[in-house]
Amino acid sequence: MWLLKLAWKNLWRNRSRTLITLSAIFFAVILSATTNSLQDGVFDHFIRNMVSFYSGYIQVHKDGYWDQQVLDNGFERRASLEESITNHSGVISVAPRIESYALASAEDITKGCMVVGIDPKTENAITFLSDKIVQGTYFSDNEVQKVALLSEGLANRLNLNLNDTVILISQGYHGAMAAGKYRVSGIVHFGSPQLNDQLLYLPITVAQEFYSAENLLTSYVLSMNSDKNLKSTAQELQTTLGKEYEVMTWMEMLPEVEQHIKTDKGSMYIISGVLYLLIGFGIFGTFLMMMAERRFELGMLIAIGMKKHKIVMVLLVESVLYVLVGCLVGICISIPITWYLKVNPIRFGGDMAEIYLQYGFEPIFPASTDVWIFITQGIIVLVMGLALSLYPMMKVWRMDPVTAMKK
Amino acid sequence: MDTIIDAHHITKTYNPKTIPVVAVNDVHLHLERGEFTALVGPSGSGKTTLLNLIGGLDKPDTGNIIIHGTDITKLSANQLIDFRLRNIGFVFQAFNLIPVLSARENVELIMQLQGVSRNEINQRVQVLFRQIGMEDKINTRPSQLSGGQQQRVAVARALASRPQVVLADEPTANLDSKSAGNLLDIMAKLNQEENMTFIFSTHDQRVIERARRVITLVDGKIVTDTAQVDTSPAVHG
Ligand SMILES: Nc1ncnc2c1ncn2[C@@H]1O[C@H](COP(=O)(O)OP(=O)(O)OP(=O)(O)O)[C@@H](O)[C@H]1O
Ligand SMILES: [Mg+2]
Repeated sequence: MWLLKLAWKNLWRNRSRTLITLSAIFFAVILSATTNSLQDGVFDHFIRNMVSFYSGYIQVHKDGYWDQQVLDNGFERRASLEESITNHSGVISVAPRIESYALASAEDITKGCMVVGIDPKTENAITFLSDKIVQGTYFSDNEVQKVALLSEGLANRLNLNLNDTVILISQGYHGAMAAGKYRVSGIVHFGSPQLNDQLLYLPITVAQEFYSAENLLTSYVLSMNSDKNLKSTAQELQTTLGKEYEVMTWMEMLPEVEQHIKTDKGSMYIISGVLYLLIGFGIFGTFLMMMAERRFELGMLIAIGMKKHKIVMVLLVESVLYVLVGCLVGICISIPITWYLKVNPIRFGGDMAEIYLQYGFEPIFPASTDVWIFITQGIIVLVMGLALSLYPMMKVWRMDPVTAMKK
Repeated sequence: MDTIIDAHHITKTYNPKTIPVVAVNDVHLHLERGEFTALVGPSGSGKTTLLNLIGGLDKPDTGNIIIHGTDITKLSANQLIDFRLRNIGFVFQAFNLIPVLSARENVELIMQLQGVSRNEINQRVQVLFRQIGMEDKINTRPSQLSGGQQQRVAVARALASRPQVVLADEPTANLDSKSAGNLLDIMAKLNQEENMTFIFSTHDQRVIERARRVITLVDGKIVTDTAQVDTSPAVHG
């Protein structure tokens, strides 16, 4: 008990040094927690944008569909299948789709387009399609009329306006002839030019009818409550659904996006590494200072009969208190900071911003307020501080009182 | 008679491989309980080295040092620390006290290390502070005490552990003559009242006069060892 007291008093022996060390530690925690929270936030934001774009976090297809994306590789829509997917933990909603290519024409213009049959309600839950409507209205929940949503670019190229008629021609299921006339009930805008020039949505039953593929789907698009453990969730789903289906994560469907994130994360890790190095030197510096200042005193304690392990205990308690208090204060202060950054995300400009805007993303760096970030950063700094405090302890362990007390 | 220190043939050589310095050269020393002994000699004569050897802070190259029946040259480093805690009281030249602890806590520390009960600690602290005449400064931090007061607290700490002997290496070197005299008064009084054995090194003639036995070292050898009567007009409280 009195050892604890001695350690506590030692903490306050040199107020300015204590404050310097404490602030070094707590700035360290703040910096690393905010950087990490920004990193995570940015990638989260990016991924959420990417997947809510079109792909969703996970898709289920008939096995082999991704390599050859044709209707003949579709599968039958079954309530039991849908249920076993929805029942999987982490899955929020499942949107069925039927997708294929068609020729769209209006008067004498014809363009290729991707016809996507969607269930209006579940599709909207995942890709927020109704938010992208710039003219007209979104489909009603169980739309059965022959209506179509055109992407803005496609509508422009076909010279089509709201309530005009678009004619679709394609090859249906098993080589059937597909043709139909649809009223343009809405126009949607996509940030990505690729999507904006190609997409045409039909209510799912209308699309199935068009393709003469009653009850046929090409994919289920899944939304998840978190992008954590995506891979293992996908694997579990694959096991549940069996070999007949293929379960793919967005990372498999959009490998170039994943690559981009990996590269970015790599450079972030380097930044974190440099940060930790600085933190480490800061903490070590104060330990060096402290040992220089207390050499005589510690030597004297050994001389008068204080066992080295007791001195080491005192030093250990001191460093734990130091680092712990620093970390806690740091965590407490970084929480409001990151919270603020989450609510008021940093906006950036330049080429990056251009690219983001082009894809319909907000050019912002939102912060993540995942508690694990604070806990891990706190623990990292704590472990670092404790590892560094081995230095003074080793010094004491090797200390010879006579030498230590020499001027 | 009760022998406290019995040392034979002790020799200590520094830098034996490069430029050897024989700091203590074949010294014999015998001290009985209750002695009040001064260790004198020119600078570099080996006083500090000898005190460190007796106190178990350093090991001699040859010889045996028996402190109240224990041959400390046979103890391991760890055993020595414990031996010092229980048998030796130290007063160093300066900076004896832990700056973050009050005078009282500095004195308590050594008893806490010994595992003395709280009750006994409290009693002993009261007695000691009365003996050093500093009851009013008991809760003061060392930085708020004068050099002389700090040395008095150091003496109290040395006695707190009820050691066999108190070793003081130039305890008055940093004090003015009045404080030095005062410290010697207190040491002499504790020597009388508690029958505590003291051995202190010094360069100060007035301090030497207070000793009842004076051992003179030159080049690591004892050249004279004389008994004397304390002639100074001590003001015993
Ligand atoms: N650690 C050491 N390494 C090498 N030589 C040392 C060491 N300590 C002391 N000496 C030498 O041993 C001799 C005795 O030194 P010591 O300190 O015991 O003398 P002293 O009588 O206490 O002197 P002073 O009155 O100046 O305190 C000196 O020649 C000194 O230079
Ligand atoms: Mg000396």
